[in-house]
Parts: sequence; C-alpha cells; structure tokens
Amino acid sequence: MRCTPVFEEYGTYPGVRMIDFGGWNLPVNFQAGILSEHHAVRTRAGLFDISHMGECMVTGVESEAYLDYLFTNSVAGMVDGQIIYTLMCYPSGTVVDDLIVYRIDSESYWVVMNAANVSKDLAWITKENPWAASGKAIPTIVDFSEYTAQLALQGPLAERIITRLCPEAASLGFFTFLKDARVDGIRCILSRNGYTGEDGFELYCANDQSIHLWKALLAAGEADGLIPCGLGARDTLRLEAKLPLYGHEISETITPLEANLGVFVKLEKPDFCGKAALAKQEEEGVPRTLRGIQMIDNAVPRNGYQVFLGEKEIGYVTSGALSPTLDIFCGYVLLDRSITLKFGDEVEVLIHGKRKRAKIVKTPFYKRTPAKKIT
Amino acid sequence: MSKIPAELRYSKDHEWVRLEGGRAIVGITDYAQDSLGEIVYVELPSVGDTFEAEEEIANIESVKAASAIYNPLAGTVAAVNEALDGSPELVNQDCYANHLYELTDFETSAFAELLDAPAYQAWLDAQKS
Repeated sequence: MRCTPVFEEYGTYPGVRMIDFGGWNLPVNFQAGILSEHHAVRTRAGLFDISHMGECMVTGVESEAYLDYLFTNSVAGMVDGQIIYTLMCYPSGTVVDDLIVYRIDSESYWVVMNAANVSKDLAWITKENPWAASGKAIPTIVDFSEYTAQLALQGPLAERIITRLCPEAASLGFFTFLKDARVDGIRCILSRNGYTGEDGFELYCANDQSIHLWKALLAAGEADGLIPCGLGARDTLRLEAKLPLYGHEISETITPLEANLGVFVKLEKPDFCGKAALAKQEEEGVPRTLRGIQMIDNAVPRNGYQVFLGEKEIGYVTSGALSPTLDIFCGYVLLDRSITLKFGDEVEVLIHGKRKRAKIVKTPFYKRTPAKKIT
Repeated sequence: MSKIPAELRYSKDHEWVRLEGGRAIVGITDYAQDSLGEIVYVELPSVGDTFEAEEEIANIESVKAASAIYNPLAGTVAAVNEALDGSPELVNQDCYANHLYELTDFETSAFAELLDAPAYQAWLDAQKS
C-alpha cells in the first residue's frame, strides 16, 4: 500500500486508525475519534494530511483554451491567483473527475485531482480527449502527484493559526491563493479553500518538507485546540456541507446536471467537452435529481441503498451518515426526476432488508455563518 | 490488547455470551467494538423472533460503516437492551456491561461449544498473524 510522506510522522501516533483507501494507507481517524475531530473542525480547527490527492501543472500558450475546452467551468474567465471548482466530463456529459484549478497566469495552471482518478485523469487530459486525439497542439502537462504533499488546515480558527506562520495568509480571499508562500519558512502553494464547509487553507509543498510543515502547523495551533483529523471526519464534514464525492454524487454514470452542479457547468461557453450532451439534457429534461433526506426512523442510509415511494423504486442513496453537527441521520439520494417531491414528503429507504422512513429536506445540512469582517 | 473476560464464552464472529437466569446474554467483544469505531446506531432484533446460530441478527452502525452481527447461539430473542436505542455509544464505553440482547430456547450444549477466553484469544491472535 502507498503511504503519504507525512505517514512517517503520524503513523506511530497513539490511537491512529489506518484504512486502505483505494490502495493508500490513510488515517480514518486519530486519537480523538471521528466525532471529536468533526466537532474540532466546526468549532476550532483540524489538520488533514491529504497528500494522496494528485496534482499536475499545465503550461504553455494553449493552456487557457485547452482547459476551457476540457472543463465545464469557465477557465477563460479566471484571473491570476484565483481558484475554481470544476467538473471534467466525457462527451456523453458524465463525469471523468471533479477538480480544483489554480490559475498562476494565463499560461500556467495547477490542477488538483482525486487520488483514485489520477491515472485516468492524466490519460484523459494528455491524450484520450477529443482535442488531443485529433492531433491539435496541447499544452505541456507534468504530473507532480508523486512529489507533492498536501495538507488542509480547516476550521473557524484556521486563519488565526496560519497567520502565525505566514502573515500574508490573512490577505487571501476565499478561493484565492499565493503561488509562492513561505509557511514557517517552507515554500508552499497556499490557498484559502477546503472540503469541510468551514473557512480554511490548503497547502502544497515538496514531500520532504511535509513533516516539518505538519508539525509546525500543529504546534502553532495547539493552544487553539487544533488536532490532527482523518478521512472519517473529512467525509462527515463534506457531507453536511453538500460537497460532492466522486464515485458517489458524481461518477462516470452521473452528469453534473443530475447532481445539481449546474452552476459549475457554463453552457454559454462556445464549446467544451460534453457540452452537446449536457445542453441536450438540459433542453429535454434532466432525468434524475439529487435531493437531501433526513431519516425519520433511526438508521443510517448508505451508498447504494434503494429508495421507494410506495411500491415504486425511485432512486438510490449516494452518501449518508450520522451528521455529528445536527445529530440526525441524513444523506443524499439520486431520484427519478419525473416524480415531484416537496420538502417534507416521505420516502422509504431499504436498510438491511427493512423499509425505513425518511423525508425530503433542504440542503446543505450545514452552512457556516461567515465571520463578520470589521471594516 | 483487547479485554477478554475469563468468565464469558465467545464466537469467532466476536460476540460474547454469558448465562444468567436461564437466558443467554449476548454482546460484542472489545475487539469488535474497537474495530467498529464510534457506534452511532444499533439495530436490534424483535423480541419473539427465532434465529439460527451464525444467522444475521442485528446491525451496528459506526460513523464509517454498517456491520452485521451474527447470532452466536440458536434461540429466541427474549429481550433487547433498549438503553442502546438512545445511547449506542454505551457499547464503546463498556462492551461487556452493555449487552445487545437476551436469548431463550437455546441448547446448553451449544453454549458449551462456544470458545472460552483462551481459545478466543488464540483465535484473535491467529486472525492478526
């Protein structure tokens, strides 16, 4: 199994529980446990090692036009130092991966990929997509995944903690980054974003500097209650905040429109891979829709469980969990859109052979109250 | 090291059993609760239902996953631990003081065939190696 460069440090922490996550040996939780780690991020701060994520650098004069073609969101509209979330689709409109794109300048972009999709994404980006396959010139694409560590400092106290090691971080707006920050002297790409629904920062550095950075951040935040957090809390945090997970809410069989991610699909762009199929879907009617459910009967809805309205099977659960913040069992369901369901309407989820009642509710389940800026 | 009280009997699926007042009291072992992680919901069987040995009888949901519990001893469910309904974390706190359910109509000979503490320890060691 593959280990991240930080594993050498925390692999021996008491209470750390490791799991096999797509061939990676990763921490599901540290000593505090998933629930405490979740609460730490919601109320104070948590530090995640997410070095399994993949990264590539795209450079060259064709970069902007090429990525604007490959991605559903608008790369052409970006400015230097800006980040966007985007989907990358097949011509069929279903999803190759969801990505975070950093514009360094109009001829260089840093692209962050899901760990399990790195090989697939790189094959798609470098040769398999229709533009590259046609023989048209493409930019230079260099895979940095093997050499790059990624940490995420998340929570309402994240800014206070990071500025002790990098005062410039305070100037970062949400979804912006510094391409050449120094955090406790370590050279990083430092961005203000995350996958938890809280304020926070993501840091990319060379593998051999990652343990220094991990320890420096933990020390800087110790007095504020910063703790290391694992993938378990990362999943419950993202779920409450309605942040999609590849393979669950989006996949090679689900389009972004079905997953209600249309805001990241710019159908007004002249062209992009998947546009024709998505525009057709929009015009003819999106067949499925992603809704939120809250369980009425106690039980945890999990990925793949069937959803019924009376005797009719109307869809399935994409993700579900106990929400540690709200203390409810909740999740997302991908439903046949021909059936109209209002908030509060009841459906049933088949859990361990029994029908359990749930109701359709508004999402996200959790939305942070932005800190008031004193001007 | 998992706690394995000497006075209990065990199944290879990590349940413990003890006899009390003609009933077999069933719970999960320290190894099982530790492997499951933080428990958020326990789905218990209905009182009066009959289960074979090694039949799926309950489900334990932890923060991360759902895990089936296999009945260690054929019998009829006489009672369930209703305290777990509101406080499933009791199983994490003390898995031997917080059982899942009680059985009647079981064979005493089947109980005797369950693993004793040293045999269960040996089974655990064998799983790890």
